[in-house]
Amino acid sequence: MSQSDQAAKTNWTLLFMGWLLVSVSTTISLFFSSVLEYEPCVLCWYQRICLFPMIFILGAGLFPTFDKSVIKYALPLSIAGGLTAFYHTLLYAGIIPESIQPCSNGVSCTEKYFELFGFVSIPMLSFIAFSTLVALLVFLKRRTSK
Amino acid sequence: MKYVLVGLTCVFLVLAFIGGSAYYKGLQVEKYGFMAEENAELFVRDHSPTLGSEDAKVYLVEFMDPACETCASFAPYVKQIMDANPGKIKLVLRYAPFHDGADNFVKMLEAARMQGKYWETLDVMFKTQSAWANHGNYQPEKLWNFIPRAGVDVEQIKKDMHSPAIAKIIEQDMADVKALNVQKTPGYFVNGKPLQTFGYKQLNQLIKSELDKQYSE
Repeated sequence: MSQSDQAAKTNWTLLFMGWLLVSVSTTISLFFSSVLEYEPCVLCWYQRICLFPMIFILGAGLFPTFDKSVIKYALPLSIAGGLTAFYHTLLYAGIIPESIQPCSNGVSCTEKYFELFGFVSIPMLSFIAFSTLVALLVFLKRRTSK
Repeated sequence: MKYVLVGLTCVFLVLAFIGGSAYYKGLQVEKYGFMAEENAELFVRDHSPTLGSEDAKVYLVEFMDPACETCASFAPYVKQIMDANPGKIKLVLRYAPFHDGADNFVKMLEAARMQGKYWETLDVMFKTQSAWANHGNYQPEKLWNFIPRAGVDVEQIKKDMHSPAIAKIIEQDMADVKALNVQKTPGYFVNGKPLQTFGYKQLNQLIKSELDKQYSE
């Protein structure tokens, strides 16, 4: 196997990991809203808008072989989602006061539904997922632009 | 190979989702069954309006809101099920006025109850609902025109509806809504068992299974 074949294979695997992350996140997100009936707040919806289409964007980039232009399309969505998640996490943690939050109707964005190990909240999970994805895409970008 | 990997991952996630929801629903049924035995008052409070025989063994608890469209469309259906099983089902109404302003309609209804016109007033409210609560656009002033059809003293209702006793009923019901995790109206429990998937057919089935269980011996 030549070196470039090996590199292409690694790229594909990295993108597949990204796709896997997005798919698992989407499944968990849908599980929270449809099965556990946690009503998504406004900020959650903005993050979901960034997350859900990436299943198809990243998925399309996997076939028939790794397509590097997928980075260009997925990076803006993951950065936007990550920023929203960051803001949401701060809001949830009380670092940004709740009075300036944009969601007054429906569910409050600081409503506590679920906390893994007592401190990992849903916005934090979202932030972790988005920032991992951004890191992965940036890494792929570096690899492919060489 | 790539296609198989991605395809299998999709299948796995879908199965995990389905399996997870089945597991969770099983837990819920167990939990509410337990609650029903231990805390019957969560489902039926002394203040709750009821319909049907005192000896009925099947309790249909409905968390509702007079301004909720689905509640109105379920009402004739619930009546039909009760008529088909005379003396066996007791309907218990609980309030879950989730939307801002919806509690005012509950207050009107409770004030009508003081005049002994509860079910008549509820019937009028449901039948005229599209005129005063069309898609969340509440127009209580319109409802005041319809309410005399129930044969109530409107002026008295206006006086009674702000009584602290009524506010307390709503407060208690909303606390139970939270305890039972009712998220939508109408929310049904049959002898403490929640209606898992929403629909006429499913409600009928749930009631039927409970009727069979209670009245088979």
